[in-house]
Amino acid sequence: MTDTSSAPNTPPRHGTGAAVQASLARRRRKQIALQACGIGAISIAFLMLFILVASLVSSGYQAFTQTHVTLDVFVDPEEVREERLPRGGFDDVLAASLARMLPDVDTSDRATLRQVERILSNGAQFALRDMVVADPSLIGQTIEITVPVSDPYDQLNKGLIDRETPEENRRLKDEEIAYFDALKESGAISKPFNFGLFTNADSRFPELAGLKGALVGSFWALLTCFVISFPLGIGAAIYLEEFAPKNRVSDFIEVNINNLAAVPSVVFGLLALSVFIGWFGLPRSAPFVGGLTLALMTMPTIIIATRAALKSVPPSIREAALGLGASRQQVVFQHVLPLAMPGILTGTIIGLAQALGETAPLLLIGMNAFITSAASSPFDSATALPTQIFIWADSPERGFVSRTSAAILVLLGFLVTMNAIAIFLRQRFERKW
Amino acid sequence: MTSLAFFVLLLACVVGYWINRRGAQAIRADGQRLHSLASYHGLFSALMILVPVLTLILLWLVLQGPVIDRLTMAALPEGALDGLDSGGLQLVLAEIKSISRGQIFGTPEDWKIAAAEHHVALKARSSALMLGAVIALAAAIMLFARSRVGAEFRARQGVERIVSGLMIFCSTVAIFTTVGIVAALVFETGKFLSLVPLREFLFGLNWEPQIPIREDQIAASGAFGWVPVMLGTLVITVVALTFAVPVGLLSAIYLNEFAPQRLRSVAKPILEILAGVPTVVYGFFAILVVAPAIRSLGTSLGIDVSPNTALAAGSVMGVMLIPFISSFADDALSAVPRALRDGALALGATRAETMLNVLFPAALPGIVGGILLAVSRAIGETMIVVMAAGLIAKLTVNPLDSVTTVTVQIVTLLIGDTSFDNPKTLAAFALGMMLFLVTLVINIFALRIVRKYREAYD
Repeated sequence: MTDTSSAPNTPPRHGTGAAVQASLARRRRKQIALQACGIGAISIAFLMLFILVASLVSSGYQAFTQTHVTLDVFVDPEEVREERLPRGGFDDVLAASLARMLPDVDTSDRATLRQVERILSNGAQFALRDMVVADPSLIGQTIEITVPVSDPYDQLNKGLIDRETPEENRRLKDEEIAYFDALKESGAISKPFNFGLFTNADSRFPELAGLKGALVGSFWALLTCFVISFPLGIGAAIYLEEFAPKNRVSDFIEVNINNLAAVPSVVFGLLALSVFIGWFGLPRSAPFVGGLTLALMTMPTIIIATRAALKSVPPSIREAALGLGASRQQVVFQHVLPLAMPGILTGTIIGLAQALGETAPLLLIGMNAFITSAASSPFDSATALPTQIFIWADSPERGFVSRTSAAILVLLGFLVTMNAIAIFLRQRFERKW
Repeated sequence: MTSLAFFVLLLACVVGYWINRRGAQAIRADGQRLHSLASYHGLFSALMILVPVLTLILLWLVLQGPVIDRLTMAALPEGALDGLDSGGLQLVLAEIKSISRGQIFGTPEDWKIAAAEHHVALKARSSALMLGAVIALAAAIMLFARSRVGAEFRARQGVERIVSGLMIFCSTVAIFTTVGIVAALVFETGKFLSLVPLREFLFGLNWEPQIPIREDQIAASGAFGWVPVMLGTLVITVVALTFAVPVGLLSAIYLNEFAPQRLRSVAKPILEILAGVPTVVYGFFAILVVAPAIRSLGTSLGIDVSPNTALAAGSVMGVMLIPFISSFADDALSAVPRALRDGALALGATRAETMLNVLFPAALPGIVGGILLAVSRAIGETMIVVMAAGLIAKLTVNPLDSVTTVTVQIVTLLIGDTSFDNPKTLAAFALGMMLFLVTLVINIFALRIVRKYREAYD
């Protein structure tokens, strides 16, 4: 930079001027290059976010609808007898009804019937069984029911199976596609919103698998996490911020909290597995244990947020209350804490949102089990949303790919909602002093 | 029964509060001056009941399980357990418990059914005893608290002492957690080291954590050398950082120095979204999009790419780390005193030169601290690698190959049924110990750099 240090008031000599001009152009180019790199970097980051969301949406939106078929079922008294309920040949009844709807199917050939039956989801016979068990007078009558089709046909209806693929590489044979097209022409096929995604628990069959068990499990885990971490976190933060003497012990606690916030989540899983399950004998796979573990992980977040919120309340409030004769605890609990509450709640919601997406510790305590009913208490076995995503992502069936994306979209929906609430709270209630 | 106990506790607190408050109000109605407000008398009673009774319930719940198990096992007929080791005993106990829950598989022996009935009876007795103890303790404390109500009684001080105690307890939970982590890891690692020598674990070049099913099986011994696992972790971390550091730093530089205010206020929250996405989502993204893309790119270039290449897991982890590095770098750049920036500009430096020659070097310690924290994140990150990286430990530094990481091994060793007495399970804890130590050292080091540097400019 020696060439730029010539005194500004003296006119530049000819030679240096040219050199400076030349170097200026070079330096400007350098600046533009740096800016371009910066814009490039940000674009890469945005592009990644865009690809992430776009790929999830494009593979997930299909799972929000489910192909159903509407059948007129003749509940054959030969196959289903009232005295043998709930046993009975419900699958045969369904297959026969379906075969009647198809133009050229030999209804006496069992192999063909089996093939036709595979159009229906495995859950169809149980849906019919439940209807008949609830009302045995249906035996011998013809009833109309709407049931999901099995995964390959669902994929076919959604255009995910390419009809141009050679038959031997396709999941459906030509005649099976012909059956489906016949059904579709007769108007029996519909594609309504997939309520099953939210009302069913997990299943081995993609067309029946839903998130209810995971949602309930996550709810119990988050509730446990909140009930434990919220009071503990606030208590610790108030003590450290307002009452703790500045000494070695409180320094040690502070260092501890900061370190806990940075411990890898899988280590918390090891703690839970060894201490909560191994030593205390708490049940495996229980949302309560998951919530307990998440509470330990969320607590540092809540403590840090609460301390920041307490700090932002101006000292004049404290001094005024003290001046009027309030005790130190009365100052904190009756004046400072209510004013700090919006900030505390914001931090807590953000902490809970993090806890909702946490997966690794839940895997270690066994919340990735295959469970086909929703938990009715926090001590029952359950999965959680992120572990359900993990299970489905591991499943080999094609149908689970879009289910996984859909589950991720649901999870992201919850996270966006929670963060939106946090931002709303902050903007609506936070005071600037 | 348990929820009933909690209900009794709640009821006792409310009743105690109400009785004491009424008592204090009556004294004031008599014309005496109370030292503390009536509500403090009430709170005194409620808190006096809450703390000990809650402790009682929680302790009872924690301790009743092991005690009942021991009593059940002790009441078994003579000779039923002869010749069983600890694993066998556990199995018998588990069977008895599942029978007592009504889940009967096969036809259990009669003594097991009897034991299950005994187990159920003990459980019922324990619950009843707990409820009785809760009621008795709550009533006793309520009476005691009521007897303290008086004009001179310093109820507020009493309440504040209890509240202080509770708050101190809250702040020690963090210490208990750390102690719990360390104790669990040390205990299980100790058991592991009694089965596998420390030397083999630290310096062994093979990681094959199978346990033999038969004595004469090939590779029956299993190998527990953590070097290849650690090397795999390093490969993925390096890949992640080569992606995240330039992108993160350049975006921080641009946002801090060149971006118009409007772009900055939009771009920063969008970058933060990347940090808020759960890692399981990134993992799925890696197997759904990134790994196939890298693989087809490799095929079109004629390079052989493994299906779960370290490049896929690493680059996705890099995306996750971008906001982390950029926000740390942004903070560090903003913390450089204005005088340095103004001085450089006044000397005629362009903004790019100010940034690269003045601000960036001045902010370097903070940036390095942030990058170190990102390293510790990357080492401890679990879900992305569990879903996208490999399972087999290979001694390779080729990012196109499939490698495994410490966290992947921990999760795969512990998923499913686990018992705490074989080296396979315990190895996970030993790996966890190493992970904890490594990340702890990096974190402490990084936080120290960040803090020291901040102090220098404040």
